[in-house]
Amino acid sequence: MSDKTMSAEEVVSRLESGMTLGIGGWGSRRKPMALVRALLRSDVTDLTIVSYGGPDIGMLAAAGRIRRLVTAFVTLDSIPLEPHYRAARERGAFELMEIDEAMFMWGLHAAANRLPFLPVRAGVGSDVMRVNPGLRTVTSPYEDGETFVAMPALRMDAALVHMGRADRLGNGRCLGPDPYFDDLFCEAADAAYMSCERIVDTAELSKEAAPQSLLIKRHTVTGVVEAPNGAHFTSCAPDYGRDEAFQRKYAATPWPEFAERFLAGDEQAYQSAVREDS
Amino acid sequence: MTGPTRAEYCVIACAEAWRDAGEILASPMGLIPSVGARLARLTFSPDLLLTDGEALLVRPDGTVEGWLPYRQHLALVSGGRRHVMMGASQIDRFGNQNISCIGDWERPKRQLLGVRGAPVNTLNNPTSYWVPKHSRRVFVEKVDMVCGVGYDHAAAHPDTSRFHRIPRVVSDLGVFDFATPDHSMRLASLHPGSTVEQVREATGFALMVPDDLPYTREPTSDELKLIREVLDPRNTRSREVGS
Repeated sequence: MSDKTMSAEEVVSRLESGMTLGIGGWGSRRKPMALVRALLRSDVTDLTIVSYGGPDIGMLAAAGRIRRLVTAFVTLDSIPLEPHYRAARERGAFELMEIDEAMFMWGLHAAANRLPFLPVRAGVGSDVMRVNPGLRTVTSPYEDGETFVAMPALRMDAALVHMGRADRLGNGRCLGPDPYFDDLFCEAADAAYMSCERIVDTAELSKEAAPQSLLIKRHTVTGVVEAPNGAHFTSCAPDYGRDEAFQRKYAATPWPEFAERFLAGDEQAYQSAVREDS
Repeated sequence: MTGPTRAEYCVIACAEAWRDAGEILASPMGLIPSVGARLARLTFSPDLLLTDGEALLVRPDGTVEGWLPYRQHLALVSGGRRHVMMGASQIDRFGNQNISCIGDWERPKRQLLGVRGAPVNTLNNPTSYWVPKHSRRVFVEKVDMVCGVGYDHAAAHPDTSRFHRIPRVVSDLGVFDFATPDHSMRLASLHPGSTVEQVREATGFALMVPDDLPYTREPTSDELKLIREVLDPRNTRSREVGS
């Protein structure tokens, strides 16, 4: 069985400009930030990003890497409005496919199940239909005859997710209370890259673990990256909570200044800068 | 005990949204709706389910009783066993709600959260709204982006919207519903201390006002005690709504 461990730089070297990238987590929670930071250090751009958005979107938008965004929201949770995302939207920086949270989920399910779409009772009657003129409806072929949105599959070239623990083969364990949609992101993408707080032996991964916490299956994973504190400054329960003080700083600092201070060097430099600042 | 504050009338008005709701999930967004939901659970709606705001179902004292990650939460929404109280950056005469952006969606004047779950909520389970500061900026003739579906848009899709219902809108001034022939917004009760003129002045569309307009009910002394001593002892509710 193949050892899939690699560095964040190797992950990014497999990504290309123009790709469709999925990013796991939810808002400012368990975002694969170390991988996003590696992406920001590369020249990969012109991306279509699929994400329940948090600071991943704020940073990629501020850095001008997004051509098109697929999302239901972008938020920092404790700071409701993501300032860098807002600024980018208000200057019309990229195309947006704004859809409902459930539509997004069924789009992931459709992609993971190799279906072109799934019907969903959401969107009809709302302006989601007005701002996405490409969305179609479908009528039930049974006697009820109800009309639904035919949510198209959100198929991706690659997905990035962050887990608490993983083995070298690509099995991932979610230690937190909510898996979000990370396993679906991996199943819905042609390649999935999983960062984790710590790489452990398979036996240790599953020892004393409730089976349902073994969220990510290795057949869906292309690369595994050990990235301690890799979700920082978003939360990664139970290993750590959100770094609220740092998030406030991120939100209040002009992007060029933030990028210069924290993103000019590699991941190690980032983590040291964070420690110096706290 | 001193008399009820405006924030406490708001708590009562929110709690009443979940009266007789049965064994369903109460999903309050915002502080006062959250105090209201827990008050309802502790008093007249003991079968309600509550979350910790993340993936756990909890009793009002914090005891965990179940697991509800987002994936199951969204499935619960389409199953309909839920009454959510969302916020609204804009809400119009027919209950269309906007939390996405202000201005032209293509290039908004002010980007807000995004549609979130408002489209799925409004087509699948009862959806009420909470507005802590009633003003013409919020209560508008027409919302800039329909996120939560109102009665006029729902009526255009009668089959798909068969579960659509907006039981109430609670603001710092009063309680509103859509119990009118054309489902346009109606003032249902005034919080003591507010006047009809004040509500009209702060509303950007013509509001139906019934002749026999009641006041929002008084909290009982037990309810006031629960709010002040158990549910919100640090009085954070007064920061969401002034006196």
